[in-house]
Amino acid sequence: MLDLKGYEFSILKGALVTIEVAVLSLLLAMFLGMLGALAKLSPYRWAKGTATVYTTVIRGIPDLVLMMLIFYGGQMLLNSGLYNINEWVNEWFTSQDSNHEWTAYLPDYVDVSPFIAGVLTIGFIFGAYMAETFRGAIMAVDRGELEAAKAYGMSSALTFRRILLPQMIRHALPGFGNNWLVLLKTTALVSVIGLEDMVRIGSLAAGSTKMPFTFYMTVAIIFLFFTSVSTGLLKLVERKYSIHTR
Amino acid sequence: MDFSIIVDSLPIYLDGLWVTLGLVTVSLFLGIFIAIPLAIARNSTMRLCSLPAWAFIYFFRGTPLLIQLFLIYYGMAQFISIEDTLWENAWFCAIVAFVLNTSAYSAEIIRGAINGLPPGEVEAAKAYGMSPMTAYRRIILPNALRRAIPAYSNEVIFMLHGSAVAGIITIMDLTGAARLVNSRYYAPFESFITAGFFYMGLTFIIIWCFKKAENKFLAYLKPLS
Repeated sequence: MLDLKGYEFSILKGALVTIEVAVLSLLLAMFLGMLGALAKLSPYRWAKGTATVYTTVIRGIPDLVLMMLIFYGGQMLLNSGLYNINEWVNEWFTSQDSNHEWTAYLPDYVDVSPFIAGVLTIGFIFGAYMAETFRGAIMAVDRGELEAAKAYGMSSALTFRRILLPQMIRHALPGFGNNWLVLLKTTALVSVIGLEDMVRIGSLAAGSTKMPFTFYMTVAIIFLFFTSVSTGLLKLVERKYSIHTR
Repeated sequence: MDFSIIVDSLPIYLDGLWVTLGLVTVSLFLGIFIAIPLAIARNSTMRLCSLPAWAFIYFFRGTPLLIQLFLIYYGMAQFISIEDTLWENAWFCAIVAFVLNTSAYSAEIIRGAINGLPPGEVEAAKAYGMSPMTAYRRIILPNALRRAIPAYSNEVIFMLHGSAVAGIITIMDLTGAARLVNSRYYAPFESFITAGFFYMGLTFIIIWCFKKAENKFLAYLKPLS
């Protein structure tokens, strides 16, 4: 049987981190995706333009490059921003009172945690993919039904909740499922920016035990387990939402 | 943005561009040759053929490319002495991982295209007395491969973006170049945005080429307007 040299527990803990990152970024991606889809279908030029630039740029660049850009670049931007605010506040105090001593009113240096950077990046990336999926799903809903809802005097929020959402879920599910599976596998990349997820713990264990194949295989099998469970669940949900079409 | 950094390090990026292009084209080219038999085996009614193909596709589609790359690049050393063999070479390992990965995805695409063929065409081939071999060569494959083009374009872009992980195992592809420039100048925006532009340009070129290819090879499927 597989001998993990006492690393079983930490790998399982890493698997939990992987799942956390995946689920949180999925929530963010769904939010951004819905926003993007509605913006793309809205009559406003600026909303359409912004959403199109967002989905095109994100889908044209590898996730790893985006992740490094947001992690390293975001850290730099945040800290130079904090520094500038500190400078500005201090300058103002000095102009009031020349004896004022320089103090850091905001934290001088913040380390962006790889967890938050990972969730933000993956959520941001997959928001673009979700936007395309949701846009297609919204367009697949019969226009007449939306017009009927309007004719009934429903507000646009109510139309969305009662008419659009329940019907678009069915059309969105296959694409949504695909995006989720890709997202799940993308979380492996967060280990590159230093998150203590399953992949990184696997790497550390592989390094110290000199059994790289065993540990990477273990990680691979856990990923396989996650993807298999996801596909099974998605099938069930798909069946539930397409009941009335059968 | 400090453009002088970008201009100064442009040669690094251009080298990286060639490495990325090389990795992707070689992997896709070799991947197709594994994918076609794999798709046929997966469709076979003989379990001895279809089960291994299923397992292969299932594994490589269900796990991250990064892990597959690590398994091959680091994992081999656990069983054999890799000194002075090809397994020591990051380039070779990346190609192996990418070929296996893309062949699994492409096989699934081709299988879908084969199963989506109008049954009449296959039945007609059978009625003409073609052997399965001939039917595949003359009817099924030329037809299915054409119909697979739109889905395959996604796979090509996926492979281009996936090849970025090569930068992690010391290969100086576009991502590796960006990492080098970032560590040299500590300029994350300049370095990664430049790499992003190169990738985006490549993505648009690929999309454009596939549009052309679709117009050429799938012209007979287009609705008459």
